[in-house]
Amino acid sequence: MEDYLVRMENICKSFPGGVQANRNITLEVRPGEIHCLLGENGAGKTVLMSILYGLYKPDSGTIYFKGKKLDIHSTKDAIENRIGMVHQHFMLVPTLTVAENVVLGQYQPWKVLNDMDKVHQRIRTMSDEFGLDVDPSKVVQDLSVGEQQRVEILKALYHGADLLILDEPTAVLTPQESEHLLKFLRDLANRGLTIIFITHKLEEVMQVSDRVTVLRDGRVVGTVNTRDTNPRELARMMVGREVLMELKKAKTEPGKVIFSVRNLRVKDARGLEVVRGVSFEVREREVLGIAGVSGNGQTELALALAGLIESDFDEMRLDGQLITKRDLQRLNRLGMAHIPEDRQKMGLILPFSVAENFVLKTYRDEPFARRGFLQFDTIREYTRSQVSKFSIRVGDIEEEIAHLSGGNQQKVVVARELDRQPRFLLVNQPTRGIDIGATEFVRQQILVERDAGAAILLISADLEEIFALSDRILVMFEGRFMGEVPPDPALVEQVGLMMAGKTVQTSG
Amino acid sequence: MELMPALLFLQSMLAATWRMATPIIYAAVGEVFTERSGVLNIGLEGIMLIGAFAGYSVAYETGSLVLGLLAALLSGLLSGLIFAIFTVSVKANQIVVGAAFNMIGMGLSAFLYRTIYSQSGKVLSLQPFRPLDLPVLSNIPFFGEVLFRHNIVVYGTLLLTLIASFVLYRTAFGLSLRSVGEHPKAADTTGINVPATRYVGVLIGTVLAALGGASLTLAYSDQFVEGIVTGRGFIALAVVVFGSWSPWGAFGASLLFGSFYALQLRLQAMPEVVIPYQFLQALPYLATLLVLISLTRRARAPRALGVPYP
Repeated sequence: MEDYLVRMENICKSFPGGVQANRNITLEVRPGEIHCLLGENGAGKTVLMSILYGLYKPDSGTIYFKGKKLDIHSTKDAIENRIGMVHQHFMLVPTLTVAENVVLGQYQPWKVLNDMDKVHQRIRTMSDEFGLDVDPSKVVQDLSVGEQQRVEILKALYHGADLLILDEPTAVLTPQESEHLLKFLRDLANRGLTIIFITHKLEEVMQVSDRVTVLRDGRVVGTVNTRDTNPRELARMMVGREVLMELKKAKTEPGKVIFSVRNLRVKDARGLEVVRGVSFEVREREVLGIAGVSGNGQTELALALAGLIESDFDEMRLDGQLITKRDLQRLNRLGMAHIPEDRQKMGLILPFSVAENFVLKTYRDEPFARRGFLQFDTIREYTRSQVSKFSIRVGDIEEEIAHLSGGNQQKVVVARELDRQPRFLLVNQPTRGIDIGATEFVRQQILVERDAGAAILLISADLEEIFALSDRILVMFEGRFMGEVPPDPALVEQVGLMMAGKTVQTSG
Repeated sequence: MELMPALLFLQSMLAATWRMATPIIYAAVGEVFTERSGVLNIGLEGIMLIGAFAGYSVAYETGSLVLGLLAALLSGLLSGLIFAIFTVSVKANQIVVGAAFNMIGMGLSAFLYRTIYSQSGKVLSLQPFRPLDLPVLSNIPFFGEVLFRHNIVVYGTLLLTLIASFVLYRTAFGLSLRSVGEHPKAADTTGINVPATRYVGVLIGTVLAALGGASLTLAYSDQFVEGIVTGRGFIALAVVVFGSWSPWGAFGASLLFGSFYALQLRLQAMPEVVIPYQFLQALPYLATLLVLISLTRRARAPRALGVPYP
């Protein structure tokens, strides 16, 4: 037992609604190692770590930490036992300063905060020591995502963490920032810190970890030494079958321009200009990829193009027709389809049934409605045929769509949008948070649509996806395009730099 | 030395301003704590009424103003406990629970007053808090009258706001409270007990609202009248927004209402003003709301305001 820092034994956890997130999981982590928890979304990685961090109580199972049985009832217990966690969605209060966030929850309520100078000093010292570049007096909401993540790490170190859990930390970073983070973590491990690193990215596992435990469907598939394995084997463990890592992308010749916009400017909800004068065109049989770290104006760009928020532009054309004002009906008629970034908030109405969601955009029209009355038989029949055509896994088409997995929900959105045979398809983050199987499927569908003649605009923060699907790539940074590159794998590095705002000389 | 009539008018109006603002300051400063913890209590009006009656009733029966205040405080605690059980623990809709409190407050205070006190047909008044003229200071011309000849409940608003501001911005509890209203999950992961913090936020708010209500019966007037709070609870809600959810902001915005109220009273007393008194009575509410609407900066409400956790 002594050679393990953490031993989680036979952990079971289920949630109301019958989801078995963890089924008899046993995980052992050695001191000073970087241990990857690899698995698809929904495999139970985050739940397992939330149990270790005291956010959830397991239904059964035991946790040993530093050789002793550990009863964790709250995060306070975890912190006191020197366990730190950097969550995927940062747990920082945006209106407080870095220093206030660091000491939050650490004092008795009646404590007067009269020693903040000392806290600031200590944060500066630690920031220098670890090379984190964190300013304790800054207000968190003014920091970039990368900086906030460093604050999270520093917060854990400040509380003296011996074990640091990171939940998909690279999801929000540029390739260069990720690279830097992985090096930093290796550095921490060399100083004796133990790290558990949650991810679903195989390259990261290979690059950073000493050992890796693969989870699937709430169960442990196995634990292996990283140097004794390879990405292919890990992928197989993760998915349970061979994975097609390459998409078949036929060569096509782009045709005429289907969509074009000149000098598009969009403001966000706070009135700040976040898309600052971009121009581009998309041709038929072409996928134009827009790469970039989330939060550089892509969300607003997509909403503006879809006609969901106001925008300014010099000229916009769809299929030759001038678009002058925000008119969704007209965009629909001209053949625009939109697969939105957030399927749960925009693509679907969660409390509605699968069938109702399938006809969200067409329920007013024949044959789904006649003289103002819905034709339920037609709607059901149509839904059944679509469900089997796209092999969507549903129990009953009358059940709430909220009960479907993320991947199947996304398939519904994709099936609905593609069924209208769009001229111009706007796709935003099409595979975020869905499993590998559904990802493969969605990506393949996008290419099918391209080959059938649609013009496609693909916005994605996933570089691999951008390179796999696009015919041309535009890189977005702070509301502007940094340049255009062809989808040549050799140029990933360059695109990464452009995503971080560096102007790169594009050859040719 | 004779003061000019205009200056005299101003002097008496400013002196009344602080008195008029007092009940609102108590309620609004309390509500700052409630809302900063992420709970919206629109039931202030009802809770103030209950406090006003509890304070009056106990003070009248015992002859002790201090016991009256204590009773108001207890009524606030009880109201707050019920409000928090429903909104924080049961996670019921905060607007609905608040509205229920307004109705209960109006109904209960009127019912109890009629059953216990109004059968005699006489107005049963008590001896309210007397002005405490501060030595030397109260003799300063103009300012003495405006600032230093008030009763202890009025002076108390200053101390309250000072303490409130200190607690909110300079103590660990204040930090926790603000984080709970802003990002409760983040607070939770640092080990802060979110529900407990919200209970305290709610209780501070209701206790101060009840005291604000009691200030009407024990310090401002000397009796209970049905519906004596007359919308001050709702004004306090607006005042919290205008004051950007800070104690001193609430203090200042309450004084604004107080000044309109004082002006209105003086206009009513002037024979040359021919506007019907009903319009004059509406003036402070209308004017306050108009000023608040037109001047409100884009201060942001606590992000988790009104959202139950988890």
